[in-house]
Amino acid sequence: MMTTHTATAPSGATAALLSVRDMTVSVRDRGVVRPLVAGLSFELYPGETLAIAGESGSGKSITSLALMGLLPNNVTVTSGQALLDGVNLPDLPEARMRAWRGAKLAMIFQEPMTSLNPVHTIGSQMTEAIRAHEAVSRGAARSAAIEALRRVRIPEPERRMKQYPHELSGGMRQRVMIAMALALRPALLIADEPTTALDVTVQREVLDLLRELQAETGTAIILITHDMGVVAESADRVVVMRQGRMIESAPVDTLFTAPKQEYTRALLSAVPRLGSGAARAKPLPPTASVPVARLVGAQVHFDIGANFLGRPTHRVHAVEGATLDIQPGETFGLVGESGCGKSTIAKALVGLVPHAGHVEVDGKALGGLTSLGRRQICRDVQMVFQDPMAALDPRMTVGEAVAEPLLIHGIGTAAERHARAADLFARVGLTQDQMTRYPHEFSGGQRQRICVARALALKPKLIICDESVSALDVSVQAQVLDLLEELQAEMGVAYLFISHDMAVVENVVDRLAVMYLGQIVEMGTRDQVFGNPQHSYTRRLLDAVPIPDPQRKRPPQPQRPGDLPSPIWPIGKAPARVHLRDIGDNHLVAQEA
Amino acid sequence: MSDVSVAPVAPTGTLRRLMRRKLALFGLAIIAVVLGGAVFAPWIAPYAPDDQLFEGLTLFGEPMPPSGDFLMGTDLLGRDLFSRMLYGAQTSLIIGVVANGIALLIGTLVGVVAGFVRGWVGAVLMRFTDLMMAFPALLLAICLAAIFQPSLWIVAMVIALVNWVQTARVVYTETTSLAEREFIAAERTLGASQTRILFKHILPHLVPTLIVWGTLGISVTVLLEATLSFLGVGVQPPTPSWGNIIFENQTYFQAAPWLVFIPGAAILLLALAFNLVGDALRDVLDPTQRGND
Repeated sequence: MMTTHTATAPSGATAALLSVRDMTVSVRDRGVVRPLVAGLSFELYPGETLAIAGESGSGKSITSLALMGLLPNNVTVTSGQALLDGVNLPDLPEARMRAWRGAKLAMIFQEPMTSLNPVHTIGSQMTEAIRAHEAVSRGAARSAAIEALRRVRIPEPERRMKQYPHELSGGMRQRVMIAMALALRPALLIADEPTTALDVTVQREVLDLLRELQAETGTAIILITHDMGVVAESADRVVVMRQGRMIESAPVDTLFTAPKQEYTRALLSAVPRLGSGAARAKPLPPTASVPVARLVGAQVHFDIGANFLGRPTHRVHAVEGATLDIQPGETFGLVGESGCGKSTIAKALVGLVPHAGHVEVDGKALGGLTSLGRRQICRDVQMVFQDPMAALDPRMTVGEAVAEPLLIHGIGTAAERHARAADLFARVGLTQDQMTRYPHEFSGGQRQRICVARALALKPKLIICDESVSALDVSVQAQVLDLLEELQAEMGVAYLFISHDMAVVENVVDRLAVMYLGQIVEMGTRDQVFGNPQHSYTRRLLDAVPIPDPQRKRPPQPQRPGDLPSPIWPIGKAPARVHLRDIGDNHLVAQEA
Repeated sequence: MSDVSVAPVAPTGTLRRLMRRKLALFGLAIIAVVLGGAVFAPWIAPYAPDDQLFEGLTLFGEPMPPSGDFLMGTDLLGRDLFSRMLYGAQTSLIIGVVANGIALLIGTLVGVVAGFVRGWVGAVLMRFTDLMMAFPALLLAICLAAIFQPSLWIVAMVIALVNWVQTARVVYTETTSLAEREFIAAERTLGASQTRILFKHILPHLVPTLIVWGTLGISVTVLLEATLSFLGVGVQPPTPSWGNIIFENQTYFQAAPWLVFIPGAAILLLALAFNLVGDALRDVLDPTQRGND
């Protein structure tokens, strides 16, 4: 990796593969032409990785679509050039562009499930793609496809050829996408947020893979990402964009050590870093006699599949014997990768899924509650979801939405509820005149503030933040996290903070539990778990977090063989329960075989 | 836009924004004309609708084409077509608006309950809907109409009873997917009751679908009434309806085209008018479309 890195630093000697000169992309909306990307210029050399970094709305994805000739109908390149091998891409007729796509330049998208056709096998999609560009026999295309799958280190490529996309895990699907993109050895690969939808350990594997393939084939990569950690790990040079304009362009080391622009500095300082959490350590809240929430051996199972009698054949052990307690006023983190059961615990706490075992909120057991009792619990536990747009009713004004919990629980008169909602709006940093607007009129960060305001309306003792900041830009993420912290100091509310992002978790939690396949494998204070991780899975998670520092390049992570183990078991069988051992000061670690 | 801050339910704001759309205004005008004609038929109509006029037929006993005396001509029995169209508008509006409205109501109720409650209640309701769908609607309507004494209101009820199934199906599908949406889960975590979720959060989202189905249903029901009348189980002659005017005269289409063309055009225009208004209403009621008009 280091050799390719030095070899591909821009120099006058080698000719640029792609050179974008003063490119402007504009949208025509009801007769008004508005630029989305304005005056963008950069050069890309063979074998180099250029990262285009920026927050949402910066025009980074529009740039990639413009290069691929995949812009929507009302969006066009209005001026400037994008020369690939001396040919201006926007001038290329659609028929030529179609021949070039895949063969000379290829693209991989964020969500591999939606970019693969679900009704065709992997094999037929790959051979079709190859035969669309090269006049080869079906057999030759098939062996080329198998070879491509082998190159992206997919185990048992012959068997994968017969499988459908849904049979593969997210990481495997993204590997298939990369294999398809690279099957024809294009000179340029555009990767648009290639790892954003993936788990952190899988992200690491995919980034490692891209780097290895680049070293083998010499493909130039444009990596579009919002994640400065990914930039630091993978890029040679960086273009920072904001609101359609290039803010700064520099080699990755220079950018991270000496950013020239104010915006770049702000962007970099907003990135949560592992290890910076300890600096702002506060004393743990004292252990209360009644925790705000307590789980003892809690289980959540879902039955799936059906035999010919209509009986389920398999069972998802989403949560298998979780035991934890959350103290008043503390922030308790729950981390793990997708499918580990962390969100299911949250849903069990608010009664969205049925559970077995003991779950109590503020000393009251959830099992066997009357509907009145359940509504009482609702006042104590509130939830803030990941996607604020989806969690707000699009046909209700946000003012109504924030006042709604009060209305549901019959608190106050209409005027009092309105006043309280207005107070909450002010508290989360919004203005009162915004209350009559609808959710779609706000930005992502503002919407999440509205959701926080709604959660606060009933003065709950516990707020569950289920990936509440994951969908937000880093600078907005930092603001929302600050707001949550202020609210905690003010009102003494406890948080159950669920996230896949270890760096964010390290910065906000007091204590945390690490979940793997429905079970807690390690639990303790932040310093215990981050400072002295004991379980191999915890270490693996921590190792996989990209470090926003290009000086610290890490060796590739050894790849796991095959697919991830799954929490689905046939009826009658159950996973072995792990046993937690206290290794001192309530630092609990699962014993490993 | 000046009225962004107007509350969404304020009727003045909605109506004002509706009036700003030219096509919607056109539709509203047609509906107003038809409605006016139906309500004021006794005062506007130059002749009684069932009056077989001596001067309404030629010397050879043929119907008269449109002229100064008979604005829309006369039919085979020498009755004034314009008068019959005015009285027929009463029948057709009752069928198209009332019968279709009842069908929409039943369909929505069945679909929403089945989609939201699920379980065995939902299963029973939806299997019954499937059964109704599999049954030929016309046959059912003939049976029902034959059992009861045919009258305008019985015909309206019969049409309502066979036309709710499609609405129920569509509403059911949409309700099940709405119930899975995250904002519904968010409402549950707030402690909202089932009825509150249903009426405050699910029904408003069904409005666009209901508007589309409601406006499409108008032409379907008006024509179904015509079919029933033709088969002798609909509105009984000599009471006119747009549908039975067409059917009475269709065999003389080549000799007297106005007898089919005029009521046909009237049905088309009315259906179109409701469609235009419905489309505009759907956009105006959708908060995410604000500022686009």
